[in-house]
Amino acid sequence: MRVALFATCVNDALFPATAVATVRLLERLGVTVDFPAGQTCCGQPQYNTGYRRACEPLVRRTARAFAGYDHVVTPSGSCVAMVRDNYPRIGARAATEGRGGELTDAATALAPRVIELTEFLVDVLGVEDVGAHFPYTVTYHPSCHGLRMLGLGERPLRLLRAVKGLELVELPGAEECCGFGGTFAVKNAAVSAAMAEDKLANALGTGAQVLCGADNSCLLHLGGTLRRRGDALRPLHLAEILASTEEHPWRPS
Amino acid sequence: MSDTFLGMPAFPQAAARAVRDRQLRANLRHATHTIRDKRARAVAELPDWAELRSAGKAIKDHTLRHLDRYLVQLEEAVTAAGGTVHWAADAEEANRIVAGLVHATGTTEVVKVKSMATQEIGLNEALAAEGVTAYETDLAELIVQLGEDRPSHILVPAIHRNRAEIREIFADRMASWGRPAPEGLTDSPAELAEAARLHLREKFLRAEVAVSGANFMVAETGTLVVVESEGNGRMCLTLPRTLISVVGIEKVVPTWRDLEVFLQLLPRSSTAERMNPYTSLWAGTTRGDGPSEFHLVLLDNGRTAALADQVGRQALRCIRCSACLNVCPVYERAGGHAYGSVYPGPIGAVLTPQLRGTASPVDASLPYASSLCGACYEVCPVAIDIPEVLVHLRERVAEQGGHPVERAAVAAAGYVLDHPAALAAAERLAGRTRALHPRRLPGPGRAWTDSRDLPEVPAEPFRDWWRRNRT
Repeated sequence: MRVALFATCVNDALFPATAVATVRLLERLGVTVDFPAGQTCCGQPQYNTGYRRACEPLVRRTARAFAGYDHVVTPSGSCVAMVRDNYPRIGARAATEGRGGELTDAATALAPRVIELTEFLVDVLGVEDVGAHFPYTVTYHPSCHGLRMLGLGERPLRLLRAVKGLELVELPGAEECCGFGGTFAVKNAAVSAAMAEDKLANALGTGAQVLCGADNSCLLHLGGTLRRRGDALRPLHLAEILASTEEHPWRPS
Repeated sequence: MSDTFLGMPAFPQAAARAVRDRQLRANLRHATHTIRDKRARAVAELPDWAELRSAGKAIKDHTLRHLDRYLVQLEEAVTAAGGTVHWAADAEEANRIVAGLVHATGTTEVVKVKSMATQEIGLNEALAAEGVTAYETDLAELIVQLGEDRPSHILVPAIHRNRAEIREIFADRMASWGRPAPEGLTDSPAELAEAARLHLREKFLRAEVAVSGANFMVAETGTLVVVESEGNGRMCLTLPRTLISVVGIEKVVPTWRDLEVFLQLLPRSSTAERMNPYTSLWAGTTRGDGPSEFHLVLLDNGRTAALADQVGRQALRCIRCSACLNVCPVYERAGGHAYGSVYPGPIGAVLTPQLRGTASPVDASLPYASSLCGACYEVCPVAIDIPEVLVHLRERVAEQGGHPVERAAVAAAGYVLDHPAALAAAERLAGRTRALHPRRLPGPGRAWTDSRDLPEVPAEPFRDWWRRNRT
């Protein structure tokens, strides 16, 4: 099977290890991975801050970059939610503003093919045990867009439970937002920081060594707070845990 | 809305102050988590909750689409039942109508049923200016009124107060409003409730005019519905000679049968009860039973403008249950006052800017008072997609030119993100200069680095790794 990787701009620029892990994981499972170089950003930060029109070139660009692929695998729930929920809205609004159906066509052609990594593994490949080995205690924070917009449900936990050596501990208040929220983190910095503080108190209380998430933007916020506080809890994307094996174990970068 | 909210700072500044108040955060955390968990259990009891939610949404959407027809039908039914209907385009007109009706009775006092619409229009302040004293009779509203405070929650307006504070307010303030608090009042809930009961009983027995809102109005029968827990509303609705109800035009439902849906959705979402203790229903007047004069003031006050907005209009489905406040992580930390409106929390952040516009600093900041986590949408009993409306209103604020620096940044990013070679060059530059990156940023960047480190920029972006290893 050949798929396209939608690395996302945050992973490309700041968390390349997550995108590399996604490639290695998928290749290990027999999937051929392409990285169409025309991809950049889905436009979520602009859209959620009120700049809908600024996203229109990115809708066109993203649809064009991934034309021809049945599966566009994305290690970020919020970017998938952006394409699935908001690209059709951007198209519909452009049409009501008298600018034709071109963006709707681009959105409807792309949206059903964009798939979040855990959805792809569990629903398309039908695997839960991906042959990973990760001898650490892990707690999982389900980011809001994956949890509530995509309905990822148990998928990430089923994948984590099948990892050899991994001890999964439940995160109290897991469904509560970490306080990132894109530009919310700077526009309402005090509330955002208070939410991170409460989320991290719950995570640290589990005694886990690793705080796992499936959205690096949330981990950017939580990890930045952890480093500032000097806590030893390590934020890590799910893909990097699933890519880790006994032969090629995860190493802190 | 109430002028006590005028001149409020923007949400981020007010919220930052609230976040530092450890006691307030502990109070709110305890209160919201308790009601949140209870609601989840009450909702889980009903196997057809999803269907009820869809039905509630569909009934409201249908009614809003044909609002003109149903309002006229309602007016005819209320009039036929012996009531008088008044139409108020805005707060000022509604207040003038109510003041005129009260003056005509010759009294200078009214008792009030808890009502969001009358708070929205600042009725108490308007009546005071006309020499009329309005007594709040809902327990929590009484606490707010006696404490010269502002409401911070739709259902529990004194949620920010604890028992000790309430005792102090009763002991200090009741005497200047009527019957004083009993000597030696403690902060036990039973004693506080008894003090309120004695204080209010005097008002109920004396009042000649009552002012209420309504949760629902049934177009086919002209019936108004008030749903409550305490029974104080029932006292106001039955004892005085004259009853004046001020109700937003979006509160109409077509038929009696529609109440079957909403009387299941509302109590479970709001107080986490299977059924609320008191449901009062009346149509016009009945000889020898209850008020002999009934006036209905139908309030627009920005609702028609909201109805014209294809995305924003869904906020008019709101039945004021406050489930969205109780699950909101931002409300939990910022508290209700930061929203600068009688409608706080997620629903306030989409309702207030539509009813009042986005000209003032606080109103323009409300659409951003959310991390878009979606918990509000999940619990909303009429499926208002609050995050969708928030983003839509952010667009309105951005278009009115509120954030010039941000706009310039978006434009610059727009170029880079539409030119992958420029993006790659920027990423490489960041990688090569990473040893020089500061831990803390100056200027606007401080909003990030005050509580968080910046991420370490990697030596090479993913696209360069790909080129080296896979092409």
